[in-house]
Order: sequence, then structure tokens, then C-alpha cells
Amino acid sequence: MTLNEIKDILRANVLTKCDTNMHIERVYSADLMSDVLAFCEPESLLITALTNAQVIRTAEFANIKMIVFVQGKRPDRETVALSEEKKIPVLITNLSMFDACGRLYEKGLRSCPDAE
Amino acid sequence: MPVADYMRRDCEVVLMQNKCEKTAEGVFFLTGKDFSNAGVASSELKAILEKMGINHGIIRRAAIAAFEAEMNVIIYTPAGMMRYSITPDYLKIVVEDMGPGIEDIALAMTEGYSTAPHYIREMGFGSGMGLPNIKKNADEMKLSSTPGAGTTLEFIIKIKRE
Amino acid sequence: MKLQELVDSLSLEVKTASFNLTKEVTGGYVSDLLSDVIANSKEGNIWVTLQTHQNIVAVATLRELSGIILVNNRTPDTETLKKAEEEGLPIMVSPLPAFELVGRLYSLGLRCQ
Ligand SMILES: Nc1ncnc2c1ncn2[C@@H]1O[C@H](COP(=O)(O)OP(=O)(O)OP(=O)(O)O)[C@@H](O)[C@H]1O
Ligand SMILES: [Mg+2]
Repeated sequence: MTLNEIKDILRANVLTKCDTNMHIERVYSADLMSDVLAFCEPESLLITALTNAQVIRTAEFANIKMIVFVQGKRPDRETVALSEEKKIPVLITNLSMFDACGRLYEKGLRSCPDAE
Repeated sequence: MPVADYMRRDCEVVLMQNKCEKTAEGVFFLTGKDFSNAGVASSELKAILEKMGINHGIIRRAAIAAFEAEMNVIIYTPAGMMRYSITPDYLKIVVEDMGPGIEDIALAMTEGYSTAPHYIREMGFGSGMGLPNIKKNADEMKLSSTPGAGTTLEFIIKIKRE
Repeated sequence: MKLQELVDSLSLEVKTASFNLTKEVTGGYVSDLLSDVIANSKEGNIWVTLQTHQNIVAVATLRELSGIILVNNRTPDTETLKKAEEEGLPIMVSPLPAFELVGRLYSLGLRCQ
């Protein structure tokens, strides 16, 4: 699924300059970074309600491709700057984490690690 | 090393790379509770490994393990340092801190065990997965501690060239 | 939807003595941040989380949630289970990661409300 499609499904705003055709296949959602580091596969999308700089760091180290911040939470300027520096696009949506996950799942995205 | 030296800077890189860039070593200084710089050391280390052309999978394991170790120093201790040495065969990281130490190492290594306070959990840490993550990503890991004096974590990741 | 239906259709392992599974589930909430759950979850929601600390019981009780599902096969702390039984709060465990479990709850018709 492309960043553009995700943006439409979640009625999200993209906060960073990026390639809107960039695409992902797997998703991981959590607010605890060690879990993300343990289970999120490279090249995936991370959905979280936390918006601090450590989330971007986590994405940087786990090779996460894209981040969606839910619940209308806005990262501060420093965090956005870091995500631009690391070339990790950041989207924000007013949806709850529950509905954001549900909608993407409904459109065919699946979790990492591979659930089956 | 005296406290003043630990605290000298938020994060400092001392990098010595030889000409063929097959080896490198250096040290990062870490300051407790300095959350705005949390991850900077691991990020610099990742950049060094990338510059040396090391396999992406190896770099990912090293970066994840280093970040977990770095976060623990920042969360649980007033100060510490992360030394690294890279040879053609392996990456070795030694993280030494002057924190409260760990009473029961086996318990600390248990998945899900955490003493992180509430505000740390609200920052996305404290699920008790950090040390297990380090163990999982490293080829060898050694954790030793003197309660009241500090903790030393050492791990090695073998480097297989692409 | 009743909690028991969720337990059956998602093969959840009920960790507490099986009481209160006839509770009506009004919607779902997924979060690992207690402050977020306190601020935004609604009465009767089923809460999906990785947190196993006993504080989750206090939060769920405060918000009158219908139960808690721990994902990634997390084992609740002994204290957490004890507290949950005292409060009559069902705690269930699933091997699935949060995204997958929430996706399935959403497919069953649950929303965040
Ligand atoms: N450098 C340290 N000094 C003192 N105590 C430590 C140190 N590192 C870890 N600990 C102790 O070991 C426990 C487990 O550490 P671990 O990194 O596995 O989990 P965590 O830091 O609690 O949570 P997470 O890493 O998942 O965010 C910590 O809660 C803390 O009590
Ligand atoms: Mg830790």
C-alpha cells in the first residue's frame, strides 16, 4: 500500500517532505519502543500515539519506513526535523489507534511479525 | 573516571579510524535523564558502521542493542559511557555506568521485568524488553553489576561481510 | 456484543476466573499509555494493550472498561491477576500482535467509541 493510499484511508496529514508513492506491506502498532524494536520488521509502518524523538530513533534503528501518529497528537518541531533528517515520513491522523488499525486491516494490510 | 569527565558533554564522539577503515574504536559519553539526546550515540555508531560498509542486518542488530543499552543508562543512571571497537571480525560494545547497579541480574534479564517509573512508561519505555532485546541481537552478552557502584554491559556482534 | 463472543471468535485465553463474560462490549480501545486510556477510553470498551503492570487494573476499573486483552502472549503479573479478580475485571491473552487483533475486532464490528 502506498503512503498516499494510507493518507486517504486515515484522512491523515503528511508532516514531512517525502515520496508519496513509497509503499509498505506490514504494520506494527504499539506505544512501547522495546516491543517495536523486538517485533517490528524492517520496511514496515509504525502506528503509535507517542510523538517524542525516541519514536523516530526507534524507527531509525529498526529500519521502519513510515510512521503514523494517531489520536490527533502532533510531534514537536524537533521531532519532525529529526524524522526529515532520517527520511522517515510522518503522518498524523485524528483517528484513534483502534480505528486507524481497523481501517488499514480492512484494506488488506497485515501485521508483522507474520501472524499466521 | 571522575564524574566531571562523564558529564563533560551530552555526547561526545572520539573516533579513530585507520586508513583502510576495517577497524575503528571510540567512546560516547551518556548523561542520565538527558532525553533530548537519547539515541544520539547509537545513531552515530550506526553511521560509522554504515560508512564501513557493514551488512545491513548486522547494523540493525547492533543499532537496536546499542540503543537499548543507551536508554538504560539514560533512564536508570546519572551517567555512563559507551565504548565501541570494530574489527573486521566483530563489533564489541562496552557500556559502563555509575548508576545504582542491578541487584538480581537474572531477574533483570527476564522478559517483562521492569522497575521503570510511571513517567518513563508514558515515554514509551519500561516494558522490560530492553535487556532481552540486547541478548537476542548480540552473539555474546555479559552483564555484571555492583549494587551501589554501577553496571557494566558488554556485548559482541560478529561481522560477516557482504 | 458480549465479551464471551469475542473470547470465542478470537480464541482468547481467559486468565481470570471466568466471571463477567456476559458484559456488553461497547467498543475497543488500544493503547499502552495509561494516561491515554484514562483520558480517551469509554465505559464498556475492551482495552487492548501490552502493559501487564497492576496499574492497568486500576485504570480499567476507573474507566469501567469491560475487560483487558493482553497481546503478544504477554503474561499478566501475579499482582495484576489478583487485583483483577478482586475487581471482577476479566483479563484475556492473545498470541496476536496488537495490529492483527485490533483488525479482527474491527472486522467483528467493534469501533472506538
Ligand atoms: N544500567 C542499569 N542500571 C540499573 N538498573 C538497570 C540498568 N539496566 C537495566 N536495569 C534494571 O533492569 C530492568 C530491566 O531492564 P530492561 O532494559 O530489560 O527493561 P526496561 O528498561 O525496564 O524496559 P524497556 O527496556 O523495555 O523499555 C530495569 O527496569 C531496571 O530495573
Ligand atoms: Mg531498557
